[in-house]
Amino acid sequence: MNTLIVIVFALVILGFAYQLGLSRSKSIQATTGKRMHSRPGHYGMLVLLWCLIPAAIVYIVWLIVEPMIATSIINSFLPPDVAADSGEVIRSTQRINSLVSGFGVAGEVRPYERAAAEQLSTFHLIARMALIAMVAAAAAAGALYARGRISPTMRARNQVEGFIKIVLITCSVIAILTTVGIVLSMLGEALRFFTYINPIDFFFGTTWNPRFSSVGSSNQGEFGLLPLLWGTIMITIIAMLVAVPVGLMSAVYLSEYAGPKLRFFAKPLLEVLAGIPTIVYGFFALVTVGPFFSGLGALIGLQVQATSAFTAGVVMGIMIIPFVSSLSDDIISQVPKAMHDGSLGLGATKSETIRKVILPAALPGIVGAFLLAVSRAIGETMIVVLAAGNSPVLTANPFEAVSTVTVTIVNQLTGDVDFASPQSLVAFALGLTLFVITLGLNVVALHIVRKYREQYE
Amino acid sequence: MAASETAVSTSSRRAIGEIVSGSLGRRKRAETRFQAIGLGALIVGIAFVAILFGSIMSKGLPAFWQATINLEVYFDPEIIDVPEKPVQQADQSPAEYLEQLRSWQRKLAFVNWNKIVQNSLATVVPAAADDARSAVGMVASGERVRLRDMVMDNPALIGQRREVALTAAANVDVWLKGNIDRSLPQSSQQLSRNQQQWSDELYDRGVITMDFAWFIFTNTDSRSSPATAGLAGAFVGSFMMMLIVMFLAVPVGVMAAVYLEEFAPTNRWTDLVEVNINNLAAVPSIVFGLLGASIFINYMGLPLSAPLVGGLVLSLMSLPTVIIAARASLRAVPPSIRQAALGVGASPMQAMFHHTLPVAVPGMLTGAIISIAQALGETAPLLLIGMNAFVASVPSTPLDQSSALPVQIYLWQGNELRNFFEARTSAAIIVLLGMMICLNALAIYLRHRFERRW
Repeated sequence: MNTLIVIVFALVILGFAYQLGLSRSKSIQATTGKRMHSRPGHYGMLVLLWCLIPAAIVYIVWLIVEPMIATSIINSFLPPDVAADSGEVIRSTQRINSLVSGFGVAGEVRPYERAAAEQLSTFHLIARMALIAMVAAAAAAGALYARGRISPTMRARNQVEGFIKIVLITCSVIAILTTVGIVLSMLGEALRFFTYINPIDFFFGTTWNPRFSSVGSSNQGEFGLLPLLWGTIMITIIAMLVAVPVGLMSAVYLSEYAGPKLRFFAKPLLEVLAGIPTIVYGFFALVTVGPFFSGLGALIGLQVQATSAFTAGVVMGIMIIPFVSSLSDDIISQVPKAMHDGSLGLGATKSETIRKVILPAALPGIVGAFLLAVSRAIGETMIVVLAAGNSPVLTANPFEAVSTVTVTIVNQLTGDVDFASPQSLVAFALGLTLFVITLGLNVVALHIVRKYREQYE
Repeated sequence: MAASETAVSTSSRRAIGEIVSGSLGRRKRAETRFQAIGLGALIVGIAFVAILFGSIMSKGLPAFWQATINLEVYFDPEIIDVPEKPVQQADQSPAEYLEQLRSWQRKLAFVNWNKIVQNSLATVVPAAADDARSAVGMVASGERVRLRDMVMDNPALIGQRREVALTAAANVDVWLKGNIDRSLPQSSQQLSRNQQQWSDELYDRGVITMDFAWFIFTNTDSRSSPATAGLAGAFVGSFMMMLIVMFLAVPVGVMAAVYLEEFAPTNRWTDLVEVNINNLAAVPSIVFGLLGASIFINYMGLPLSAPLVGGLVLSLMSLPTVIIAARASLRAVPPSIRQAALGVGASPMQAMFHHTLPVAVPGMLTGAIISIAQALGETAPLLLIGMNAFVASVPSTPLDQSSALPVQIYLWQGNELRNFFEARTSAAIIVLLGMMICLNALAIYLRHRFERRW
């Protein structure tokens, strides 16, 4: 409620500042008879900005400084025996703050607490007054200064637009900052991990057995990446074996054979698969697909675990089908119509045209799409967390449980996280590996797709 | 000479014709085969959709109807033996009153609510009076807390009788729905013989009914009382995160798109931003979770499991998607609009904000809603910032501990009471999918309503 009043009040002030600039520019034009450089609205906007920015700076500084002063006031009142104990300091601070707020405390109020509370409430009162005065002064000074500068030659529009441009640039820099943040945070933590574990042991180790982090244990456990990487690769291969034929063929069928009615219904229906959260696929794999494969395996005398690389791979393949099919659709439709018609004109059947003309022509693009799909499969987490079985061993049997890079990141970073143990830090080394792999695949794939697009433009 | 050439070419043409007509059957078969394979792939894809939805729906829909025992509860003053509810005195500080109230509430909490449940059950099955363990086990343990809260809100209830619909324990629900093999030996059954008999008997007599479980939407998660576990906390947490994504990722993304599409000079730097955004869109979501864990939690010291941190991480994750969608819809605006504005003397900024942007808004909105829906279903990054913690409260600020819908699904699927929680998890998935379908439908509606073709 209080903040709502403040916001409404601020908006009224800002509206007033805008009006100030607007009317000033109009009256100058009326009195001097000269044409103003910009529209009246720009002058209004300029005064508004000059009003807003200084006031906002003052307010932000106050937000930072005020709690610091309040803490130092409380600390100056604490008796030495209380100040020595950090837990006691927090407790007294809470008690003093609730005294100040008028809520009061249960039980007896100690004299130093009362004194501190009185001092603090005076401070809060003065600080609030000072804040209002300072913000008002800053706003008024800024607005009046800007209003005073208004003249027919002043380029208000350029200044306002310059400010907007800075805001726009800041927004687009955030994307860069995110990447920098990802790289720096992961690199930093991964390097800390490599102070515990030799990078060679990490990248080429064949055993994954991190143990639990415990204080004073000299035994660090083994952090070999290969079993995890192999699990990831195996699941990705299975997923691709499901997704590529189904996705590609349904894209071909929809674009070449299907009538408009079927396309109208079938296309969105397939795309529904792309919108389903991955946790739902994971649950589906765990509860429906896993037991089904396990039962099927038992029927033909094959030992199939319910949570296995196969289950996770098949379900991940289902997830990727719409991705493959819509990318292939885009790429197939980019092949020039002339090639298609030329082939049909020479007497080739539709399937011959597709197999011998369109697919070869679209091949680079399809390879790019394939790589994008692979990178998505490698980074996928929830399906494998639920359905891959989490057993980090090197095995060639797809019907056994495996573990992947992403599963291990989740395992190592959930629960009690201690940012000083290799058991937690290894997640960042794994994340960095994952980031580099997917980044490499994406760069290559985007390059291929772009090259391909240029070829037919 | 000419005649023999014609003869040769005629004969070779005839030979070619024979080859062609000879191969026609094979080619026709190949054509049919290819078409069948294509149709098969399409059918397989659509079958997957059908199986997925069918399996979730058939498991989850029954979970919305829970076994409920309709009993007359007697709030026996002999059992609920507590003093009058304290009233705030004029000379009392709020803190002192709160302490008094708390001590009264504590006394109320120590009341033997089990006895009250047992007595109520004994009014319909007299045998329940002799078997306290079985009687108490029939009702979800969270319902005792509800009885306590009823008295806490209205102390006048003490000494009265009220019809209360008590949610049955999870095991009773499983038993009645047939989700457990009744032929299993008694040693591996969760319910005692008495409980099994009472459940069947009360169900036949209509005392136990299958009622729509509204509490799934209003209760929070619970470990001790699985039958009354609900989604309220996860719902609010997800909602807060969606708001943060909406007010952070969408404006920032749109402004970045405006800059990159209209104002950025073409140089190395903007190329870098461009490549960077495309790649960021394909970074696995779990990497954003690592970013959140390392920067927001480890360096900035923000609290674990807070919707604020989750919202920030999801905002960063959906930012590239929003930017790409916004740029695409800006690009779809015909250049003539911008050129006309520039031609009559507008500055590039005015042309952008007065003419191009308003036309592009519907497309941007569609992209934004779809990426919000994606963020809503994202689980992996949230696990890394501690949102998989068990939280039994509804967050009131974005800094409180909270759960989220997809994380709640993850937690419930791992619950050891498997035969009950499989259905409850599917119900949660239905709720999540329902929300996502609503968002996507909104996006499609906006696209159809406001889309302009040039």
